[in-house]
Amino acid sequence: MVEFQRDDARQHVLELVGNTPLLRLNRIASLPPGVSLFAKAEWYNPGGSVKDRPALWMIRDGERRGLLRPGMRIADATSGNTGIAYATLGAALGYPVTLALPENASLERRRMLRALGAELILTDAGEGMDAAIQAIRELVASTPERYFYPDQYNNPANVQSHYDTTGAEIWRQSGGQVTHFVAALGTCGTFTGTGRRLRAENPNIRLVAVQPDGPYHALEGVKHLASTAHVPGIYDATLADATLVVSSEAALAMARRLARAEGLLVGISAAANVVAALRVARELETGTVVTILCDSAAKYLSGPFWDEATLTEGEGI
Amino acid sequence: MAVTITIPTALRQYAGGQARVTAASGPIGAVLKGLTEQYPQLGTQLYNEQGQLRSFVNIYVGDEDIRHLQGVETSVPDGETVSIIPAIAGG
Repeated sequence: MVEFQRDDARQHVLELVGNTPLLRLNRIASLPPGVSLFAKAEWYNPGGSVKDRPALWMIRDGERRGLLRPGMRIADATSGNTGIAYATLGAALGYPVTLALPENASLERRRMLRALGAELILTDAGEGMDAAIQAIRELVASTPERYFYPDQYNNPANVQSHYDTTGAEIWRQSGGQVTHFVAALGTCGTFTGTGRRLRAENPNIRLVAVQPDGPYHALEGVKHLASTAHVPGIYDATLADATLVVSSEAALAMARRLARAEGLLVGISAAANVVAALRVARELETGTVVTILCDSAAKYLSGPFWDEATLTEGEGI
Repeated sequence: MAVTITIPTALRQYAGGQARVTAASGPIGAVLKGLTEQYPQLGTQLYNEQGQLRSFVNIYVGDEDIRHLQGVETSVPDGETVSIIPAIAGG
């Protein structure tokens, strides 16, 4: 008879944030002997993405500073995953949540946010995230005492969350063997925080940033920094040893390949990370490459590319 | 009469900074070809090397995705609005 282990019981949803599995990817492509590729399975977080980490750290930091108090609302601009994280953690902590996001955010995301009780302000699709940021700043400025505005693009707690958790976990889970870290730039929190932590552990670690091939791309959550009007304040231009450009077609093809060859149903930015990480891994003689699977494909299943006949699986790697 | 094409923020740098461009009515494929002949840099963002719309490019005629209409054959009548809808960038 199996006994109920009290140690296995979690007291709170917040305890589920972080400590995600580090998975070895060994079926999508052959790599030189002595080279391995690992990825953090971030959909294991309770909100289903890597964004639970910065959301929790920004909320806790706001509480410590007295900027977030009982009765206030959390308000921010988000393309979706950070919003789901705020809505999930806000519900668990008793804070209501207001989010501004472009109206073309996927239907699954909007439904998920509303199901979690978040209030949504949908902004013009053509104006992108800039309009969402503008909308939330105007809302907060109108009644600042009512809102806590974490401002994920400029909040150092976003970076700190990855320094304290993602980077520390990768170092520990790889047994200190990680040689390369590869991640796309969105708010830049994941790359900056994880990169700084890994470099603190090993100054020789190579940090590779991932960018889309232009301002118009399919990598939801990733920002084309060369063309944006709002470069995130937490972006550290000195950190990356190299930047790899991944086309949307290559990312979509990889999403499909990861599903069918590895049984990993991941999102498009996750797939872009794997495209870049594979390119890095193939150039090595020895090494351990680690990247981030930001979320699962659950929010992208309405996308047409899963059945797109013209997509070549594995293209562009 | 003509049709209006709305250009997302991300692509305006390739369209003379304009948010809206007018074009003659016709099938959406021809409307977009005309637009990208006028602004060639826009063409490299929207079309692949085979001259087809890139698979992730979202084009709406009115409120409807052309994938759910007649694709590039979808006709755009006078007075209608064409929207090029971007992916969502950043967090």
